Amino acid sequence: MNTKINFAGIEMKNPVTVASGTFGYGREYSNFFDLGKLGAVITKGTSLKPKSGNKPPRVCETASGMLNSIGLQNPGVEYFAQNDLPFLRKFDTKIIVNACGSTIDEYVELCKILNTLDIDGVELNLSCPNVKAGCMAFGSSYEGVKTVTKEVKKVLDKPLIVKLTPNVSDIASIAKGAEDGGADAVSLINTLLAMKIDIYKRKPVLANNTGGLSGPAIKPVAVRMVYQVSQAVKIPIMGLGGIMTGEDAIELMLAGAKVVSIGAGNFADPYTSIKVIEGIEEYMKKCNVENIEDIVGKVEMN
Amino acid sequence: MPIQTFAKLIKKEEIIKDVFKFSVEANEIVKTAKPGNFIEIRVNDQTEPFLRRPISIYNINKEAEILEFIFQIKGNGTNLLSKKQIGDKIDILGPLGNGTFKFEKYNNIAIIGGGIGIFPLYELAKEAKAQGKKVNTYLGFRNKDLVMLEKEFKEISDKLVITTDDGSYAEKGFAIDYLKKDMEKENTATEETNAKETQAEDEQKFKYSTCICACGPLPMLKAVQKYAIENNINCQISLEEKMGCGLGVCLGCAVKKASSPKDNPEYFHVCKGRPVFNAKDVEI
Repeated sequence: MNTKINFAGIEMKNPVTVASGTFGYGREYSNFFDLGKLGAVITKGTSLKPKSGNKPPRVCETASGMLNSIGLQNPGVEYFAQNDLPFLRKFDTKIIVNACGSTIDEYVELCKILNTLDIDGVELNLSCPNVKAGCMAFGSSYEGVKTVTKEVKKVLDKPLIVKLTPNVSDIASIAKGAEDGGADAVSLINTLLAMKIDIYKRKPVLANNTGGLSGPAIKPVAVRMVYQVSQAVKIPIMGLGGIMTGEDAIELMLAGAKVVSIGAGNFADPYTSIKVIEGIEEYMKKCNVENIEDIVGKVEMN
Repeated sequence: MPIQTFAKLIKKEEIIKDVFKFSVEANEIVKTAKPGNFIEIRVNDQTEPFLRRPISIYNINKEAEILEFIFQIKGNGTNLLSKKQIGDKIDILGPLGNGTFKFEKYNNIAIIGGGIGIFPLYELAKEAKAQGKKVNTYLGFRNKDLVMLEKEFKEISDKLVITTDDGSYAEKGFAIDYLKKDMEKENTATEETNAKETQAEDEQKFKYSTCICACGPLPMLKAVQKYAIENNINCQISLEEKMGCGLGVCLGCAVKKASSPKDNPEYFHVCKGRPVFNAKDVEI
């Protein structure tokens, strides 16, 4: 049985990664299991300068999911390079840094620095719905995605994954923007823009009014979008959105994802990613799958 | 270091309507838990409800390796939790929180709590008493039907004041007013000795030899915080905020640092750093 996979030039021991913003920089979860069991760790969204994030309340629970509006709070790339990267490097896993910015210049400056670090890849965050500038503003149009991707690609030699927002009318054209800009892969979906109202206060629960919906509630949307993108581009896909079990991961892989990412599921159970890895192996045994790569995109449409 | 465990429910009691006390076997958590720590409970292995419930620790029984927590039914998650039967295994993450109550340098501890916020104060009072401190406890409730744990707190307090907002039980009014009265009395008695005692305190001299530890509804905490800051009293408050992971990963449970400017605020996080903060450090 072979779970190894080459994703956009990144050699992973298995197709399971942990999603940006749900795993910090790995420290907290390293108390629970060896991070070396993961295919890759994708870091918290990291910017050129530290960001303090949005006003609280920043999170709330919804049906089979949650809303968040953290606002990309992070210590900045310099702090990451000095404090978190050496820690993460102790584990036998791949490190992908989620990079965010509010202008094209910021993305480029950040990626110039990331290019000098001992990391395995960069995930370009063009999809955070909770900040005023950058991110989703670029990620909502073919041209926006293509332009940022192209500029970043000029300064980055490492594999570049572009993370896409589902808050668009035509996900396939957005993915094409990434591909045409020179991205090595795409990851999708980020959270769905959503809102919850406290009916007694008659006010939104989140201080920012809206937030991103994640968790099992969004999985069917992720499955549909991964499939659509797989039909539109040739570059590989990292699929995420509500994965809690090995079966969920397999479903996204059949839809077209080469690797998957565990997001909000980490919050419900710190061992979710490990259980997903085990669940994938069980499926492989049960269904006589020798190479995990063999199931990628193997859904047969009606 | 937090761990995840499936702890067996061995005792269950509805102490007042919709408020349950659970005793569970959780030796690994009990070993390292401190006053002010909390746990997070996943009430089932389904996707609904999705997140864990943060719940404060009521009592840490190290000898019997038993952990006790009390919760009120607030919604679907706590309702499901209340339905657990003796012998059921409960999915617990803990102990969580690093900033526990720090009272070692003080001989007198004034504990003030309100409503369902009193639960984490029991372990604190117990621990302070065990260390030979003088413990004065002030507990406020809305009315007599909501008064709880009077006997338990009485056993470990040198003085216990119970108040109800409407006067339907014990003293009428707010717990903080009774706390203030005692603080003023005590201040005149100990002013001389206290200058020496508190000199080494966290780069700051506090006027009183009593430290206040508080947990309760926001209006109460705000009043206690204001009183403590105005009178330069060391005061620690246990906060709550909507939480995602409980581990310091999601950065959801932010609370504003008092020292940071309004137009460029900075935040602590209730789960990781704390949940217990020095009153002067946070804007609530």
